[in-house]
Amino acid sequence: MRRLKPFFTFGLLMAVLMLSGCSEMVILDPKGPVGQQQKDLILYSIGFMTFILIVVYALTAFIVYKYRDRKNHKGYDPDNEGSHLLETIWWIIPIIITIALAVPTVKTIYSLEGPPEETKDQKPLVIHATSVDWKWVFTYPEQDIETVNYLHIPEDRPVLFKLTSADSMASFWVPQLGGQKYAMAGMETKLYLQADEQGTYEGRNSNFTGEGFTDHTFDVMSMSDKEFEKWVSETKTDAPELTKEQYDKLMLPGHVKEMTFSSTHLGWVNHADEADYAMKARERLGYEPKIPHSKAAKEEKKKREEEKKKQEESESHGDSHAH
Amino acid sequence: MKWDEFFVTGDPLIYGADVSIVLTMVGILFYLTKFKKWKWLWDEWLTTVDHKKLGIMYIVSAVLMMFRGGVDALLMRAQLAVPEANFLDSQHYNEIFTTHGTIMIIFMAMPFLIGLINVVVPLQIGARDVAYPYLNAVSFWTFFIGAMLFNISFVIGGSPSAGWTSYMPLASNELSPGPGQNYYLLGLQIAGIGTLLTGINFLVTILKMRAPGMTLFRMPMFTWSSLVTMVIIIFAFPILTVALVLMTFDRLFGSHFFTLQGEGMDMLWANLFWLWGHPEVYIVILPAFGMFSEIISTFSKKTLFGYKAMIWSMLLIAGYSFLVWVHHFFTMGSGAVVNSVFSITTMAIGIPTGVKIFNWLFTMYRGRIEFTTPMLWSLGFIVNFVVGGVTGVMLAMAAADYQYHNTYFLVSHFHYVLIAGTVFACFAGLIFWYPKMFGYKLNERIGKWVFWIFTIGFNVCFMPQYFLGLDGMPRRVYTYSEESGWGPLNMVSTIGGFMMGIAFVILVYNIYYSFRFAKRETTGDAWNGRTLEWSTPSPMPPFYNFAKIPEVTGLDHFWKQKQAGKVEKLKAEDIKKIHMPSNSGVPFIMASFFFVAGFGMVFDWMWMGIAGMIGVFGTLIYRSFEYDDGYYVSVEEVIETEKISK
Repeated sequence: MRRLKPFFTFGLLMAVLMLSGCSEMVILDPKGPVGQQQKDLILYSIGFMTFILIVVYALTAFIVYKYRDRKNHKGYDPDNEGSHLLETIWWIIPIIITIALAVPTVKTIYSLEGPPEETKDQKPLVIHATSVDWKWVFTYPEQDIETVNYLHIPEDRPVLFKLTSADSMASFWVPQLGGQKYAMAGMETKLYLQADEQGTYEGRNSNFTGEGFTDHTFDVMSMSDKEFEKWVSETKTDAPELTKEQYDKLMLPGHVKEMTFSSTHLGWVNHADEADYAMKARERLGYEPKIPHSKAAKEEKKKREEEKKKQEESESHGDSHAH
Repeated sequence: MKWDEFFVTGDPLIYGADVSIVLTMVGILFYLTKFKKWKWLWDEWLTTVDHKKLGIMYIVSAVLMMFRGGVDALLMRAQLAVPEANFLDSQHYNEIFTTHGTIMIIFMAMPFLIGLINVVVPLQIGARDVAYPYLNAVSFWTFFIGAMLFNISFVIGGSPSAGWTSYMPLASNELSPGPGQNYYLLGLQIAGIGTLLTGINFLVTILKMRAPGMTLFRMPMFTWSSLVTMVIIIFAFPILTVALVLMTFDRLFGSHFFTLQGEGMDMLWANLFWLWGHPEVYIVILPAFGMFSEIISTFSKKTLFGYKAMIWSMLLIAGYSFLVWVHHFFTMGSGAVVNSVFSITTMAIGIPTGVKIFNWLFTMYRGRIEFTTPMLWSLGFIVNFVVGGVTGVMLAMAAADYQYHNTYFLVSHFHYVLIAGTVFACFAGLIFWYPKMFGYKLNERIGKWVFWIFTIGFNVCFMPQYFLGLDGMPRRVYTYSEESGWGPLNMVSTIGGFMMGIAFVILVYNIYYSFRFAKRETTGDAWNGRTLEWSTPSPMPPFYNFAKIPEVTGLDHFWKQKQAGKVEKLKAEDIKKIHMPSNSGVPFIMASFFFVAGFGMVFDWMWMGIAGMIGVFGTLIYRSFEYDDGYYVSVEEVIETEKISK
C-alpha cells in the first residue's frame, strides 16, 4: 500500500488541478438549449461513471491488499472458481446502468432532431452552411445574402443549418451552442442550434480536411432581433453582389478573410445536389493538385501563406464588418 | 515523375532519417558478412516455418514499429507542447499522425499479439506446429513486407496524410495527390493478406490440433481469446480488402466508388472502413484479455474465476463488435432511429466487459497475489482500462457524442483502451513468456521501474486530454492559439508522453541487460505456470515442441499435475518418430515479389506492378507443383535432443 501512495497523491493532485478548470470548459459552458441538453446528459453520465470507478477501485484496493502474498497468509483457496450469486450480480448491475443511460440518451437524440422545445412555435431561421477547403460559406436564402467565415444570428430563435460541402467531408461545430454534424458533398444534413445569449462564439470544422484544417474556423455572432434585421438590411444595400467568377475562386483550396455579399450562390449551384462543382471550378481555373513535398507545392504553399499573412494584417487594421 | 517528387527533400528531420537508414543497412550488411551469418540468417530465420521463430520475428518487428510509431507520437507531442509552435509544419504533422495511427494499429499492436499467439498457442494446446506452417511463413512475410513498404514512404514519395481512417474524398487523387495515399492502400493490402491467412491458420489449428483430452472448455483462456479473435479476423478482414481495392481503383484506374465526381459515395467508405475498423479494435483487445486472464490466474495461484462467463462474455463482445460501427460517425446525420440503436448496442458492450473486470478481480480474491512485473502490468491494466471503458460508454451516448466527436476527449478514450489494454498486455505477455522464448527472465527490478514510469507517464499524458476535449480542442490540429487556453494542459501531456518514451528506452535496455546478466532458467517453468507451455523445456522447446503429446484431463492440466506430484517423465519407449514440415524460402521470395508489385503500383508504374504480380503468381505455381510432404524426425534424434538416458 505504501508503494501506491505517491500514485494516489499524484492522482488526487491531477484531479484537483483539472476540476478547477471545469467550469470554464466550453462544452460545460453552453449558451443555448442544444448545448444545455448535451451538458445535462454529460453530467448525468459522469455521475454513473464516477460510481463505477469508485466501486472498481475500492474492490481492487481491498482485494489486492488483503490477498497479497505474505507470511501468515489467510484465506487462500486455489480452487475457488466461481459463484453464481456474485456473477449474476455483476451481470445485472451493468444491465441496469446501461438502461439508466440509454433512456435519457435516446430521449435527447430524438429531441435534438428538431428545434428546441421552448421555441418550437417560432419559425427557424434557415442558413445554408457550405464547407470549402478551408473556409465556410454561409447563405441566408430568405434574406438573400451570403457571408464567408462568419455568421450573424438572432438570439432566442432556432436556427436550422443545412449543411453541405464542396469537397472534403467537414464537421460543422460551434461547441458553446451545441454538438456537431458532418457537412458532405452531394448531401444535405440538418442541424438545429440556438443561442440564448448575445455574444461571439467560435465555430470550426472539426473533421480533418487536410493541410489547412487547423484554421478552418468561423465566428458566430448572436445579437438581438433588431440588430440582426438592421445588419441584414445594411448588408443588402452596402455589400457587393457575389459573381460566379468570384465564387469559383472561393472553390480553390486556401484561406480567405471574412466576406459579405448581397446575393447568394444558390442561384447556380447547391453542392448538396452537385458534388463535383468545386472540382470542375478548379479545372476551369487551371488549378492542379500537387504532390505535397514537391517543389511546385512548396512554392504554392509559400504564396498561400504570404496571402494569409497579408489578410491578417489588413484585418487587424480595419474590421471589415461590424461585430 | 521528377526527382523532387520521388525523394522527400528539404526537411532536416528527413535527412537525418535518410542517413540513419543508410547507416543501419550498411551496419547490418557488414555484420552479416564479417561474421559469416548469411547462411545462418537464411537457414534459421528467412526460410523457417517454425511457429516459435515466426512468433519471435513478429515480436521483434512489432517492437521496431513501436519505436517508429512512438517517435511519431513524440514529434507530435513536441509540436503541441506550446501554442503556435513551428517545430513541424501542417503537412508534416498530418503525415506523422497518419503514420502513427496506421503503424500502431496495423504494424505494432496486431503483429505483437499475433507474435505472442504464434509462440504460445500451439504450445498451450499441445500441438507440434500450426495447421499450415508454410502458410504461417507467408503470413509473416507479407505482413513484414507490407510494413516495410508503408515505412519507406516517409523518405521516398512522401507519407500518406489523410489520417489512418483515410476518409474519402479527402484521400482521393484530387485532394491527396501523389504516392502517399497509395502507400497506405498497398501497404495495408499486402499486410492484410497475411492477417487473413493467420486467421484461417489459427482457427484450424485451435479447432483441429488440440492434444487429446483438451475439449473446448478445457482450453486455456489465452487460446480461447485467440480463437475468438481469429473468427473476428476472418469476418472483418475481407471487408478491409474489398474497401482498399475499391479505393485503389479510384486512385489508380479512375473509378468512382468514393470520389466527388461520378456519383461516388464518400459515406460508403466510412461505413466499410469502420465495419472492419471496429472489429479490428476487438482483434487487438481480445488476445490482451486472454493474456491478462492467464497472468492474473498464475500470480494469484488460483484458477480463473468464472471460466465459462469469461468465454461467453468474449463471444458476446465478438458478436457486438460487428453491430456498433456507426458509433464512429453518429454525427453523419443518419437519423434518430439509427443513432439510438447504435448507441444502445455500443453501451451494451460495456456489460460483458464489466463482467470480465469483476471476474479478474475475483480471480485474485482468496488468492496469494505475487507482484511480479507481468502481474503489475495486469493490475495497471484493470485500473487504467476502466477509465477508458467508462469514457467509452460516455462516447456511446450519441447525443453527448455530438460534443465529444473529433475532440481530444475521444483521442484520450481510445488511448486509454488501446494502451492500457493492448500495449500493457504486450508488455505483460512479453515479460511473462520471455523465459519460454529465451531461457531467462527479464530483470524484475528494472521491469518495475519501467512499469511505474510508463504508467505514470501514460496518465500524465492522456488524463489532461479528456479535459482538453471538454474544452473543445479538436483532434488532428497541428497547432492552436494562445487565447484558446489549451497551452498548460498540452505541456503536461507532452511531459507524460516523454516519460513513456523514457520507459520504452529502459525496457529496451532491460532486454540487453538481462541478455548479459540474467540467471538462466533450468526448468522451463519459470513462473510456476498452469498451462501446457510451461511443461516444455526453455529456452524454446525443440522445434517439434512435444516429444510425446500430452493427454489433458482438465483445465490447468499442468498445474494440477504439479499439485498432485504426478508430472510425467518422458521415457524412451514412449517416443515415436515425428512428422515435421520442411523449411521453405518460397514465402520470403513471394513476399519480396509483393514488395516489387506494391512499390510499382504506389508510383503508378504499371510495368513494375505487373512484373511483381507475375513473380507472385510464379511462386504460387511453383508451390503447387512442389511435392514436399515434410520429413520424419527419427526416434534416435528425439532421444538425443531430449537427453533421455536409456
